[in-house]
Amino acid sequence: MGPLIPQGIIPMGWDFVIALLIGIAFGFVLEASGFSSSRNITGVFYGYNFVVLRVFFTAVVVAMIGLQYFDYFGWIDLNQIYVLPTYLSPMIVGSIIMGVGFVLGGFCPGTSYTAIAIGKIDAMVFTGGLFLGIFLFSEFFPFFEQFYYSGNMGSITIGEFFGISNNLVTLIFVVIAVIAFYVTWRIELRVRKNMTQYKF
Amino acid sequence: MNQEIVIQDRPKYINPYFGGVLLGLVLLITFYITGRGLGASGAVKSAVVTTVDKVAPEHAEQNTYMKAFITDDHSPMFNWLVFESFGIFIGGLLSGALFGRIKKLRIEKSPNITNKTRLFAAGIGGILFGIGSQFGRGCSSGAALSGSASSSFGGLLVMLLMFGTGYVVAYFFRKLWI
Repeated sequence: MGPLIPQGIIPMGWDFVIALLIGIAFGFVLEASGFSSSRNITGVFYGYNFVVLRVFFTAVVVAMIGLQYFDYFGWIDLNQIYVLPTYLSPMIVGSIIMGVGFVLGGFCPGTSYTAIAIGKIDAMVFTGGLFLGIFLFSEFFPFFEQFYYSGNMGSITIGEFFGISNNLVTLIFVVIAVIAFYVTWRIELRVRKNMTQYKF
Repeated sequence: MNQEIVIQDRPKYINPYFGGVLLGLVLLITFYITGRGLGASGAVKSAVVTTVDKVAPEHAEQNTYMKAFITDDHSPMFNWLVFESFGIFIGGLLSGALFGRIKKLRIEKSPNITNKTRLFAAGIGGILFGIGSQFGRGCSSGAALSGSASSSFGGLLVMLLMFGTGYVVAYFFRKLWI
């Protein structure tokens, strides 16, 4: 029964080999889907290319459904799955900062690594910026240490927050995803009709 | 005008829904094997801590944020996310090679802006993403994607607010892209 490494079914020694293999698969899918191009990615904000939404939402839904079924079949112990803890106010601030960075930079960290791999200088500068940003954060950490740990809600799940089961959350996600796929497909058709110069 | 030529020039990407299913399966397998999701910004954090620790070890030890990642028995680079992120790079290389997208060094940008503007925006974007990902406990991979998939409320929050903010500010930066 999974998860395999925390249960000791795969020894810890394999951890980094598996990390590398998983990373390769992750990077391959990101690049092959077109995430090594910043203009592809930012298309989601201007309506000319919703590839980010399609890949992202499909992946979330597939993994969510997968985890629920693995749990149902008894293949995985969901209690041993890491649920990212929620720190309400710092997370809100962090996401807003990342949102601005997303539109300015055109990448997120993972996608910038794949863009570097195919020779994009802008991605190298973006990753350099990441390094600098995390360095600045660390240096000035004492000034906002209290804020950083504020609003701790622990490892609360979406279902727990809204008082519904996570199976229902998954179903709602699927419905929203399908609607989003249809609506954005229509928007994209309309926006692209008016664009003559668009080249990925 | 030359729209047809432009469309022919389009690089060949896999179908986004197929890509999404593959990404979802990679994520599911990652949860099944390791009990945790994917990540990307964590590797840069390890690189920052390692660099500061090498250049100014006392300074790193005194920093309340960095010292948590420093141990005596191994380098902060000896970390799951560092190996995984190195894999992301290799995976990008493999896909890029397979689809013929590895070319000489280049800058991708809107024709309406200069290279300098693009690189400046990319640098600032990176800095903001670096700072934001620390407050957000992860970036698009660790918090938004893996967090949401494991039904974390924080993950959903980061996903919605990150993309939501993107839509709010996109208008002001439209020259960068369209």
